[in-house]
Amino acid sequence: MLGGSQPGVSGSSVSSRCFSGSMEIVHVYSKLRSEFGRQCLFSDRPAELLLDLPPDPSLTLSFIQKSPRDQAVQACWETSEHQVNTERFETTSCGINHMEGGWPKDINPAEMEQTIRVRKKVEKDESFINSVLQLGSVMEHCIRQNNAVDIYQECFEDEEVVEEIQEPPSAKTVNIFRDPNEIKRTVTSLSWQPDGGRKLAVAYSCLEFQKSSKDISLDSYIWDIENPNRPEMMLKPTSPLVCLDYNPKDSHTLVGGSYNGQIAFWDTRKGNQPVEFSSLEHSHRDPVYKIIWLQSKTGTDAFSASTDGQVLWWDVRKLAEPTECLVLDPSREGNLDQALGATSLEFEPTMPTKFMVGTEQGLVISCNRKAKTPAEKIVCTYDSHHGPIYALQRNPFFPKNFLTVGDWTARIWSEDIKESSIMCTKYQMSYLTDACWSPVRPSVFFTVKMDGVLDVWDILFKQSDPTLSLKVCDNSLYSLSVQDNGRLVACGSQLGEATLLEICSGLSNLQKNEKSLLAAMFERESKREKILEARQREVRLKERSRSEQSREEEAGREEGEEDPKQLIVKAESDFYSLVEAEVKRREKKDEVMKVEEGQKDKE
Amino acid sequence: MAEVEETLKRIQGQKGVQGIIVANSEGIPIKSTLDNSSTVQYAGLIHQLVMKARSTIRDIDPQNDLTFMRVRSKKNEIMIAPGESICWELLLNEFHSPKMKRCYSS
Repeated sequence: MLGGSQPGVSGSSVSSRCFSGSMEIVHVYSKLRSEFGRQCLFSDRPAELLLDLPPDPSLTLSFIQKSPRDQAVQACWETSEHQVNTERFETTSCGINHMEGGWPKDINPAEMEQTIRVRKKVEKDESFINSVLQLGSVMEHCIRQNNAVDIYQECFEDEEVVEEIQEPPSAKTVNIFRDPNEIKRTVTSLSWQPDGGRKLAVAYSCLEFQKSSKDISLDSYIWDIENPNRPEMMLKPTSPLVCLDYNPKDSHTLVGGSYNGQIAFWDTRKGNQPVEFSSLEHSHRDPVYKIIWLQSKTGTDAFSASTDGQVLWWDVRKLAEPTECLVLDPSREGNLDQALGATSLEFEPTMPTKFMVGTEQGLVISCNRKAKTPAEKIVCTYDSHHGPIYALQRNPFFPKNFLTVGDWTARIWSEDIKESSIMCTKYQMSYLTDACWSPVRPSVFFTVKMDGVLDVWDILFKQSDPTLSLKVCDNSLYSLSVQDNGRLVACGSQLGEATLLEICSGLSNLQKNEKSLLAAMFERESKREKILEARQREVRLKERSRSEQSREEEAGREEGEEDPKQLIVKAESDFYSLVEAEVKRREKKDEVMKVEEGQKDKE
Repeated sequence: MAEVEETLKRIQGQKGVQGIIVANSEGIPIKSTLDNSSTVQYAGLIHQLVMKARSTIRDIDPQNDLTFMRVRSKKNEIMIAPGESICWELLLNEFHSPKMKRCYSS
């Protein structure tokens, strides 16, 4: 160390010593000994450069530049993991079965004497005696119970477990399909796609006479039941469609009947426009109210009915002209002027030669397609309702019985009994507009009414009222269709809303013995009607014979048959005389009462 | 004393009873109508069962207590009445199932 230790000068010196690889920079402060203990006199002085170490480029050779550099920085506290193994501690669980339970310590269990002594002592104990007596009675009770009844016996072993889900019938709305156009039209017809039915074809039209404006859209739609926002496909006829039907054999083709009487045929694979439509001259002259596909070898036959009194058969490959025509003239003359307008049609694939037509006048006409002459085509008629028959369907399980709906009732008929229906619902509060049987349960059918109510009837359960009555919407419901699985029901309203409902499983699953019970019910009702019919006939016969006899007697007298006018006059005069007599009687009574009251007052 | 005997006799006389054992809370059979070896065996085994059952019921609801136990097996039935603190009776009941006439029509 070089010291600048000159006497009288305190100084400092800096020396640098270089060792190999490390630098030692030393700054020495020195002080004279004589000045030890003196106070410090600090003074400011400017900065002084003590040491300047220039960079030594030669050192770079021993370094390699590393660029870029990854430096990970984590802003959390440092943790460390440490494992510790404790000393092993073995545990086992074991029970001790002691053969002779807890004898007191001083007693040797092996010795008989001691044990007997202990026993005797315990027996004398009072609490022991009490407990024994008390428990004895409990025990006795249970034994008696055991002996009286075998409490573990399996009762009702033979009977099957009947899953009677006593839940009340219900239905819930799954989706509502609204007419996307501004001016809402009535849903006049619905048709499910066959084979699964993911799609629903809905026909929209305005049925009120001359109420449809020019702006009304002519389209009808096919909806996918999962998507209520947009129709899947539009059908663009030349005139609004009143009825639609999917081909049961081919789920892509549809046939529709329109408001101006034309029939149109669509193939959904080929677009919105009808593939073909019938010519105006040969179509119906009134709206086509119902069109149904027929069972045929070619699968291209359909027939339609309209209020112009005709039922026309078509081959969809050639819609220019109908293949066949039937005029619904009950007098069987084929006279169009006398024909009855048809509002519904019925066809059952299992009976391909027969079909039924429901008319505006409330008659159901049963026809045979294979008859030789047109006159023979009309087999018989049933006088059913007071108003037009809006729905007509055979029971899919019992084809001899069919359901008709018109005026305010729904009626069930048997083919053999022509005079009256075998079953009839009560007169409802509003007009019934459509009905159909459930395809899975023979005793269930659905009806819709003009007050927006959907009724589900189960005639095995209750005949006087519907089993389930749902208010679907505020305006009238016009049409109804059940899907083939019996669970989904679509109904259409006046303002273009088609509502899709799901029926509860109780109403859509076949119950035990349902068919046989229903068959028995129909039998019974038919029998009753037959008996009534027979009785009526008898009465009529008697009347006739009696009137014939009396006529013979009156041979000399004037003819008993008065013409209608005279009858009316006679009825009028009878009526007025009766009324006058009644009025006089009442006046007399009033007078008498007044007199009596007067007398009472006087008293 | 005599009442105890009488009770036991009465129960023994009931239909289907094979044997009775009365034991105290430590499991020592005090009275028995069966032979010694069976008594001892039953007493020991049943004692444990009752203890376990009682502790189960008490664990679930401390306010509750075991009042009666039936152990039904293929061949017979054991009925156990545990007392408040001390004794319990044990009965072996041979299966006696009076056939109940089916009173419903198929």
